[in-house]
Order: sequence, then structure tokens, then C-alpha cells
Amino acid sequence: MNRRRVIGKILASVGTLAFVVCFNFFLFRVVESDPVGNLYRGRNLSPEQREELRREFGLDGSQAEQFARYVAQTAQLNFGRSYVTNEPVIDEIARRAWPTVALVGTSALLSALIGILIGVVAAWRRGSKTDYASTGFTMATYSMPDFWLGMLLLLVFAVGLGWFPVGGIVDPATGGGLERLLDQAHHMVLPAATLTLAYLGEYALIMRSSLLETMREDYLLLARAKGLRDVAVRNRHAVPNALLPVTTLLAINIGFILSGAIAVETIFSWPGLGLATFEALSGPDLPMLQGLFLVFSAAVIVANLAADLLYSYLDPRVRTA
Amino acid sequence: MRGAVATSATRIAWLRRRRAVTGAWRDYRRSRTGMIGLAVLVLAGLVALGAPLLADEGDLRAVNAIDNPSWAPPSEFGPLGTDNLGRSVWAQFVWGSRISLLVGLAATVLAIVIGTVVGISAGFVGGRFGGVLMRGTEWFLVIPFLPLAIVLAAVLGPSIENIILVIGITSWPGTARLIRAQVLTLKERLYVDRSRAFGASGRHLMGRHILPNVMPLVLANTTLTVPIAILSETTLSFLGLGDPTRASWGKMLEEAFRAGAITREAWWYFLPPGLGIMLVVLAFTLCGQALEAILDPRLRERRS
Repeated sequence: MNRRRVIGKILASVGTLAFVVCFNFFLFRVVESDPVGNLYRGRNLSPEQREELRREFGLDGSQAEQFARYVAQTAQLNFGRSYVTNEPVIDEIARRAWPTVALVGTSALLSALIGILIGVVAAWRRGSKTDYASTGFTMATYSMPDFWLGMLLLLVFAVGLGWFPVGGIVDPATGGGLERLLDQAHHMVLPAATLTLAYLGEYALIMRSSLLETMREDYLLLARAKGLRDVAVRNRHAVPNALLPVTTLLAINIGFILSGAIAVETIFSWPGLGLATFEALSGPDLPMLQGLFLVFSAAVIVANLAADLLYSYLDPRVRTA
Repeated sequence: MRGAVATSATRIAWLRRRRAVTGAWRDYRRSRTGMIGLAVLVLAGLVALGAPLLADEGDLRAVNAIDNPSWAPPSEFGPLGTDNLGRSVWAQFVWGSRISLLVGLAATVLAIVIGTVVGISAGFVGGRFGGVLMRGTEWFLVIPFLPLAIVLAAVLGPSIENIILVIGITSWPGTARLIRAQVLTLKERLYVDRSRAFGASGRHLMGRHILPNVMPLVLANTTLTVPIAILSETTLSFLGLGDPTRASWGKMLEEAFRAGAITREAWWYFLPPGLGIMLVVLAFTLCGQALEAILDPRLRERRS
């Protein structure tokens, strides 16, 4: 792909992001009736104090002034202060991003790996019992709400059998160092298993259909004609080519790393961005929601751009086109 | 008299359409998974429509359940036990099916209408107007669906109309893209050229030639959008963005979670709504796939 097209794609992504920023401003101004009044409900505020607070939250001045200030602040990653904690939203988001990245990142990689394996086996033995079983399994996991699957795992493995903790990220009584890390891993098993099971069906389905498509190609016939064994044909010639659409899916799903687990984090009280969203909803803590939406969208936009560029790099047919 | 009617163009078109429908049904009946899906959907529809016969609506109110024990397992207090307030879980399940299906179907209709209108306009008119429409569609495709739905629902406030609106206006872009692609190929067909040569207006072409030909695809796409809409309703309700006054399956899961049904091992409270969602979603997916295999021209060509 030539440089002009790369620049064009980057500019398009920047445009999308700019549109999100504008959308975010106007959407939240629709509801923003009187946050200062809501926040300090029941407390006696003098008109001067009220004005002072309005200025602090950036709610004074005309709509145009507010918009200009909002854009300037957003460009400096200043998303305002949370109505609930009064901390800068960006600090809160940065603090809570790591648990989510760890949880969803692990699940994304595991689900891709397992999903690809299932897809390969299902496609290579098309029509066999394994194929039907794996297709049935992926259809079932696709059809259930992911957090409900989490509730079932909690019921069986945490409450029933007592193998895993029912929620949180670490036991406060745990010491530091390796012990702490192991305890966090122990806490992560059930939420990670939930997300892995919820995601892997998609990979399995795409890998299966992609490999079935590849298996019709002439170069596989040639590989067989050369006398290569079945396993060699599969692993060296069929699977690498069939992986192309899966890499795109993985790159796109990486974009959902931040926002992908809102309900599941809630179920397991996993203190990441998903739980932060859930908590912000009960206020509603509008600056927090606004900041979260912007960060979630930015992650997806960047990942989409990366997937686009990666695909054209990996697939020479797209590269030269 | 009969002969004169038979030669009229509308009657020919009508007969042809009826033949197409019976043909599609004959194909559909051959798909075993499609028939299983249809059977499940008929059952779910009967439960939703027959809710007043299956459970008393008054059982949904906590005031009427004051004498019932709370957290009773399946027993004489209800075939599915009771919740933390002593209300019958069975009654909530039966009445909740109505809201879940209603929201899923209504949101899908909204999404499909927007998607079809945008898709046909973008594909048929093309040019700068179509370009702008497609840019908007792409924007909606890129923005993460659930966070967008969450902020919209949070801003609009929780009510059944709003949740339908939110799911509807976040789920149409896939349909728009699909329909546009189909319209682009239909536009080049000879019969469209012929009609245009006779002086047909753009509106006539879109309404009489393009729309009827994308309808099968629209139908298959509708069946595949309902599951997404139902799952979205479940997640939004679970996050507390559903209508607080009306029980849906998603709302039941929220209330069960908040009341601590998991730690109490009250499986009878959160197992039924989840299973209901799963079966309905699975059934719609199976029907949609069976329909798609028959009605989607691209898949049909590949099959033969």
C-alpha cells in the first residue's frame, strides 16, 4: 500500500475521532440541566458559591465558549472532574485501565488461540461429530448473555465448590510481591474464563469458514500431489493462509479491550473500566461517562486503523491493489 | 372474465410472488435446524401472548407477595420458587418474556427500517449524497456499540420506548451496508434500464423494482438482527438502564444479581431468564441462517 493511502486512512480515523468528540459534547449537553444543583442537593449554597462551582465544572459562559473550552481541554486529555469523587476523570480512568487490560487482554489471546484450534479441527474434519459438537458449542455460547455465563460459573465454582473467590481483584490480607500476584491471578480465573468462553465462538466460526474456503484452493491440491502428508498440508499450507481474516478479527477485538467487559466486570466486582462505567451510571456521573465513552471509542478507532494497515501489509493482494 | 383478469400485470406479479413464497417455504421446511428454531419461536410467542393464562399479573407486585416466604425454592409458592421479596419467579418469567420479545422485535423493526432506507438511498442515488450517507454508516460501525448504547440510554433516561430507540438507532449500520451492496448490483440489471428508458422516475424505480428485490435479503437480515437486539436489551437492563416498572428477562437478571441470588445459591431465580434468552436468541439465529441460505442471492449461487 502506498504512502498516500496510509495517510488517507490515518486522516479518516482522526476525522472519526473528532466526530466522537463533538458528538460527546452535544449529547451530554442535552441532559446537563443543573449538575451543580444535583450534586449539592440539600445544601445551602449562596449564589456566589453556586457561580464559583459552575465555573469550576466548566458550565459557565455561552454554548460556543463551552464547546471551545471543551475541545481545548480534551486535546490536553483533561476530561474534567468526576461528580462523585471530585478527582480528575483521566486519573480515575488511568488507574482503572490496568485491571481491564490484564483481564480482557488475557481473555482475548486465550479465546483467539483456543478458537483457532477448534476452528481448524472442525473445518478439517467437516461433517464429523467433532465438527457438530464444536459448532453447537459455539452457537450456544454466542446465544447467552456473557454476564449470565459469569453468573453460572460463579454459582458453580465460587459459591458451590469454593475453588475461587466470588469477586474483587486481590484479598486485602495478602502480602506483597509474588504472593500478591498469585492471588490476583487466582481472582482473575473466573472472569477470564467467562470472557474466553464468550469470545472463542466467534474465532472458531471464522477460522472454520476461512479454512473451508482455503481448502478449495489449487495450491492445496498441488501440495497433496507433491505427496505431502495430511498434517503438513494443513499446518504449512492451509492454516497460515486461512489465518488472515482471524488476525483482522483479533486486531479489532483488541480495540474492545477497554470496553469489552462492562457487564462481566460488574458481576465479578473486577475494579476495571467496566465496573467504573457501571458505577458512573448510578449517579449518573456524567463527566466520568463522557470520558469513558471517549476512551472506549478512541481504543476501537485506533485498533480498526491498525487492523486495516496490518491486513494490507499481510495480504499482498490488497497491498498491490 | 377470468381470462381478462389473468392477463393483468398485477395478477401475474401477484401469482409470481405467491409461487416464490411457497417455493421458499418448501426449501425452508427441508432445513431441520430452521424448523427447530421456528418451533422454539412459536412456543416463545405462545408464552408471551398467553401470559395472562399462565400467571396472574398481580403476582408481580411485592405487596401481593407479602405472605410468601422469600427465597423459596420451587414449591407450592410457585413452580419456579420465589425471589427476595416473595414474588413468584414463574410469573416474572412469563410476563418478562413479553417485554424481552417486544423490545427485541420493535428495536429490530426500527433498525431494519433505518438500515433499508439508508442502504437503498445510498446505493441508488449514489454520488455525493450517497457518499455522505455511507460515511455516517461507517462512523456508526466503528463506534463501539455497547458504550454508545449505554451513554444514549443514560442520557435519555430509563423507559421502554427509550430502550427500543437506543437499540434501534445503534443496530442499523450493518443492514445499511448489506442492502447498499445489493442495490448496487440490482441497479445495473436490464429491467431497471428498460424501465428507466420508458421514463420511470427514481421513486418508481426504487419502490417498484429495487425494494421488492431487496425484501428477501431484508427478511433474512431481520431474523438475524433480533438476537442482537434481545441480547442488547438484556445487557442494558442488567446495567440498570431498562424500564424500572416492567419486568423483562434482563431486568430479572439485574434484580437477582443485586439481591444476591448467586451467593444464596438461588439458581431458580436467575437460571430461567438466562435460559429463556439463550433459547430465543438461538432460535432466531437458526431461523435466520436457514432463511439466509434460501434468500440471500450470494449464498444461493454458491450452493448450486
